[in-house]
Amino acid sequence: MSSEVGQQHPLNLYFWIWGLLFVVSAGSYATDYMDAGYLRWALILIFMFVKAGYIVAVFMHLKYERLALIYALLLPPGVIGLLVALMAWESNYTWLTRIVFFGEVVEPERLPLPGAH
Amino acid sequence: MAQVTAEETTGLATIAKDWSSDVTTFKGVPWGKAMMWIFLLSDTFIFSMTVRATTAEAWPNASEVFSLTVFGQAVPLLLIAIMTFDLITSSGTMALAVNYGYRREKKKAIRFMYATAFFGAVFVGMQMFEWTKLIMEGVRPWGNPWGAPQFGSTFFMITGFHGLHVSAGVVYLIIIAGRIRKGRYDNTNFEIVEITGLYWHFVDLVWVFIFAFFYLW
Repeated sequence: MSSEVGQQHPLNLYFWIWGLLFVVSAGSYATDYMDAGYLRWALILIFMFVKAGYIVAVFMHLKYERLALIYALLLPPGVIGLLVALMAWESNYTWLTRIVFFGEVVEPERLPLPGAH
Repeated sequence: MAQVTAEETTGLATIAKDWSSDVTTFKGVPWGKAMMWIFLLSDTFIFSMTVRATTAEAWPNASEVFSLTVFGQAVPLLLIAIMTFDLITSSGTMALAVNYGYRREKKKAIRFMYATAFFGAVFVGMQMFEWTKLIMEGVRPWGNPWGAPQFGSTFFMITGFHGLHVSAGVVYLIIIAGRIRKGRYDNTNFEIVEITGLYWHFVDLVWVFIFAFFYLW
């Protein structure tokens, strides 16, 4: 019975993932030396999701749980993620309202806003 | 009992089956663990909202503020990197503690839990150093020397809320490790270590997103 409850995996698995997390973190840190741009943003997101995936899937054992639990935990944050993406998409609008309310453009060329072309 | 077909034990059909079976929904999951997951899920919402705030703000001088703390002086970025690696290290020791707990090797589990708490305390210490430095440079929740005043409030809100979680986790780890040593969980499967571990890994997980969206972006 006791073997049914809980998570038992070989230690090697944890050492592997531990090492991979260090490698991915180093990659994530390395993006800071890149120039701002779509490639850098993409790499930041990729490293972030890979790292988060390893932690959730293996360290938190979600990979080994039943689908009922996996879906109950991943679907709601997925919806929030969609909201975050939509807000990021709309952030130019926030910037425009600032111009409207403060009446001046605060050196817009200093920052290429995410999503601005 | 009705015969369970292969179709009912695998795939998407199991979701409806488990939820509607009028027994424990999350099979093979101790109740405390399910509840910890639910708590973490609600915590995810709170952290997601702060991240959402940073994406909607798009302060005009964001890259400049970050370059001041990042490129102007090499130390802060180095500190953030060290904090990141420190937290990963603590995640690894926590994973080992969980593993040894299920192997019923109490002593090793307790030792790794204390190690995890130690790395967590180191993290909080480094964060205090970071805060002190930024406050001395003039960053306040209502303004900062570099531009958009929201930067300060967002920074203190996000990293402060995360630091609070780390601090609570350190206390939580020490309490649970002490209880294990006293033998409170001897009659269980030591899933309590995994429950504590879930919380700790979550704290590390949140840092992954803060690192990406707040420090790197």
